[in-house]
Amino acid sequence: MKKQFKNFMKYRFLLGELVKKGIKLKYRRSYLGIVWSLLEPLFEMIVLTIVFGTLFDNSDRTFPIYILTGRLLYSFFSQGTKASLKSIRSNSAMIKKVYVPKYLYPMSSVLFNYVIFLISLIVLVLVSLILGVYPTRYVFMALVALVLILVFTYGVGMILATLGVFFRDMEYLWNVALMLIMYMCAIFYYPQRLLDSGYSWILKWNPLYCIIAIFRDAVFGRMPDIQMLLYSTVFSFGSLLVGLFVFRKRQDEFILHI
Amino acid sequence: MGKKVLKVNNVSMKFNLSTEKVDSVKEYFIKLVKREIKHDEFWALRDISFSLEKGDRLGILGLNGAGKSTLLKVIAGVFKPTTGSVERHGKIAPLLELGAGFDMQYTGAENIYLYGAVLGYSRDFIQSKYNEIVEFSELGKFIDVPLKNYSSGMRSRLGFAIATIVEPEILILDEVLSVGDAKFRKKSEKKVTDMFDKGVTVLFVSHSLEQVRRLCNKAIILDHGKLISVGDIDTVAEVYEKMIE
Repeated sequence: MKKQFKNFMKYRFLLGELVKKGIKLKYRRSYLGIVWSLLEPLFEMIVLTIVFGTLFDNSDRTFPIYILTGRLLYSFFSQGTKASLKSIRSNSAMIKKVYVPKYLYPMSSVLFNYVIFLISLIVLVLVSLILGVYPTRYVFMALVALVLILVFTYGVGMILATLGVFFRDMEYLWNVALMLIMYMCAIFYYPQRLLDSGYSWILKWNPLYCIIAIFRDAVFGRMPDIQMLLYSTVFSFGSLLVGLFVFRKRQDEFILHI
Repeated sequence: MGKKVLKVNNVSMKFNLSTEKVDSVKEYFIKLVKREIKHDEFWALRDISFSLEKGDRLGILGLNGAGKSTLLKVIAGVFKPTTGSVERHGKIAPLLELGAGFDMQYTGAENIYLYGAVLGYSRDFIQSKYNEIVEFSELGKFIDVPLKNYSSGMRSRLGFAIATIVEPEILILDEVLSVGDAKFRKKSEKKVTDMFDKGVTVLFVSHSLEQVRRLCNKAIILDHGKLISVGDIDTVAEVYEKMIE
């Protein structure tokens, strides 16, 4: 354990460089650069509000915030896991030639998306203030949600990164799965009707929805549901443990498959 | 005698040939059903043991496919041996393939930091050596140009400059002394021999027995993953000469 920590300290500069590289290259050669991390969710929020708010006759004026919170967390999860899934393969040239702790690749993919995600939270703050949703003392619960989603995404990312090495199909399967997850997360519809129907388990047992719900409650100034909080915490750290275990067990075989 | 810098203990490396071919879930299941997943084992290295002291320069001889590169990669830590272990004391500079960690969209300057980090250098260290690296690579103002616009010679020059900026305890050379044009080659050879003089431990792979004789004091011969001979350069060279006749 101590040795691993020492090793990590030795390579933390590389981790920083990889995170920086991810952010820099994502927006390189676009005129607006990093500003896109703000504009993208903003435009998407406007489109979704028009489609699901105006056309479906939803007159709630805080609906854009509802959409934005869901879409920001979901898109971090989706971008982070996707990048993590590809991380081993896309760094194969490096892995084959130099020794570097391999967990750095999924970790840096998740972290650089996390940084972009944190920057894009500025949009949420601005939109909330404009639409008159002001922070209450529950806003600190948002930090819990932000930690949980990071842990959850990294855990799932490690599992996917391992699978992605052995089966190339994972990339496509995961895209389909992500679409399904998106519809199961109540991003642009209110969950009430689904919760009242016989299919409430879709939301209740969906860790990503739970995290989104905690985050929303924090933003709208409500105390998050304790059961959801417990469930998503256990699930997030559980997936982290599984991810670490699977990754560690298989990482020495990666090089034979890339 | 000096202290042991590198110890290779009973290292064996097994590859599973069949697993490398299955690429998709579908293929896997089809092959599983047809019972076509054979486990063709291939031992690239078998029970290799030797040790080096500080200042030793080891030539690794052997025909193509004897396992030389695999051995170097095991020592560099890229491959984990199936059985056995490698003990290293001190910093390793693997000059295996220069610039493997480069990013083509990054500029030369950004790549110095990235590749330096890949090799395990600290930020302060790279900052303090930055000018030296740029100077040695002779890139001048091209250092701020994205790497995709570099010629291959420029790329390897930069790679060589970054990889040799440390003063390693163990230097791994896999026929990289042929980098760049004649002028740069001279310069890089001088840099490597300077390192030799400082008492670095060297692992050197070459097909040229003459070159190995000139540079090394010890040698080993590999054949189909087995250690045939190990010892003084003169005795081993004799065995090798008989072997290739």
